[in-house]
Amino acid sequence: MAANPAPTEKSKVSVRNLNFYYGSFQALKNIHLEIPERKVTAFIGPSGCGKSTLLRVFNRMFELYPEQRAEGEVTLDGEDILSKKLDVSLVRAKIGMVFQKPTPFPMSIYDNIAFGVRLFERLPRVEMDERVEWALKKAALWGEVKDKLAQNGASLSGGQQQRLCIARGIAIKPEVLLLDEPCSALDPISTGKIEELIHELKVDYTVMIVTHNMQQAARCSDYTAYMYLGDLVEFGPTSELFMKPKQKDTEDYITGRFG
Amino acid sequence: MTDKHLSTQFDAELSGISGRVLEMGGMVESQLVQALLALTTFDGEIAAQVLLQEERVNQMEIEIDRDLSAIIARRQPTARDLRLLIAISKAIANLERVGDEAARIARMVKRLINTGVSSRFRLPVTDLSFEAELAIAQLRKALDAFARLDTARALEVLKQDDQIDQEFDGLLRKLITYMMEDPRTISSSIDLVFVAKAIERVGDHAKNIAEAIIYVVKGTDVRHTSMENVENVVR
Repeated sequence: MAANPAPTEKSKVSVRNLNFYYGSFQALKNIHLEIPERKVTAFIGPSGCGKSTLLRVFNRMFELYPEQRAEGEVTLDGEDILSKKLDVSLVRAKIGMVFQKPTPFPMSIYDNIAFGVRLFERLPRVEMDERVEWALKKAALWGEVKDKLAQNGASLSGGQQQRLCIARGIAIKPEVLLLDEPCSALDPISTGKIEELIHELKVDYTVMIVTHNMQQAARCSDYTAYMYLGDLVEFGPTSELFMKPKQKDTEDYITGRFG
Repeated sequence: MTDKHLSTQFDAELSGISGRVLEMGGMVESQLVQALLALTTFDGEIAAQVLLQEERVNQMEIEIDRDLSAIIARRQPTARDLRLLIAISKAIANLERVGDEAARIARMVKRLINTGVSSRFRLPVTDLSFEAELAIAQLRKALDAFARLDTARALEVLKQDDQIDQEFDGLLRKLITYMMEDPRTISSSIDLVFVAKAIERVGDHAKNIAEAIIYVVKGTDVRHTSMENVENVVR
């Protein structure tokens, strides 16, 4: 398999020798990867290539299922986040995740944001108000909801719900944000807003995005990883990967010659 | 390109546009051959035909450019496909310029005929046709390399460009000698200098097309680099 030299940037998350199993099925094969800090890294590849699985490893989402296991090392700033000694909720406080379908909690817009914050911090009302406003502004949603914070989160449109979920994700001030196909259920305008938001978020966060939409990866990421059947085939600067990929497999996939 | 896209329509669009580039190349090549024939035979009729063809070549450039934009907008090509479309855009611009050079020669022939100049027999028209043959061969080879996306052939075009440049320099020296020996030839000698320069430019356009082919296949821009570097890229 191709060597994947670490980008010259400082790396935030390091993956070494990572293997992942669903029961006896191996979904990730010996992955080595350095995710650069405060950059957007996109994961592309056909269905079943392991990109979502990899994302789920990063915040130990897989631990909910006993037959799934990860072997190897994933470190956040040098700390092994797969270690059983490390509390999973602390991992998730640092590494937030937004899912494919918007998943607002059945509560007010305000509480959707405040709920997660309350798990980790006890803030006085005024500070909590500030935090909610800050998160909604960051997620480019404040202008649209500031007069209806008490309304149920589910009353928002799909695109707004997804931005609410991103706001909820960043309200606890994580360091890494994982986005699993955040736009696949959204229209092009909402998608554009989320992509614009991703661009702004990378000033403060390390962002990883899984997407089926190659143009989206090309538009909004700094680095792109192409995966196939559990292997990391190629990883490099997005502009290089889309203009002159090193691997023929990558080229076949991004030019639509796959299959 | 041997391997196919999932979208056969996209394949058809790419091979269609490549085919039209070659068609345009063929038109330009015959335009150039005709222009030189007009010069050596001093035939105003043929010169007029060359000028007529220019219209069609220009129109073809516009059409291919329009189709390129449409493919980019609809397909959002990447990697090799994108490089091919960029190279096509460059290739047709160069072909159109070759057409301009042919038209330049044809216009000059017409002007010479109109002014009744007939001192051509005393001028080195044969040397000129040798330079012209080299340039036409270069253009043909570049188009051939484009049709097969053949980098080895493209490399040959790059290597042989020096030969045309040397021919041009030699011709220039010869024409200067003629002018010094017999000042009555100055006017037509200068005309021939312009023709020789036009032919030399055709060689440059062939070279540009060859560089674009290497870019498509290898993904490396070899313009303005040493021959040694180009050879390393192609190897």
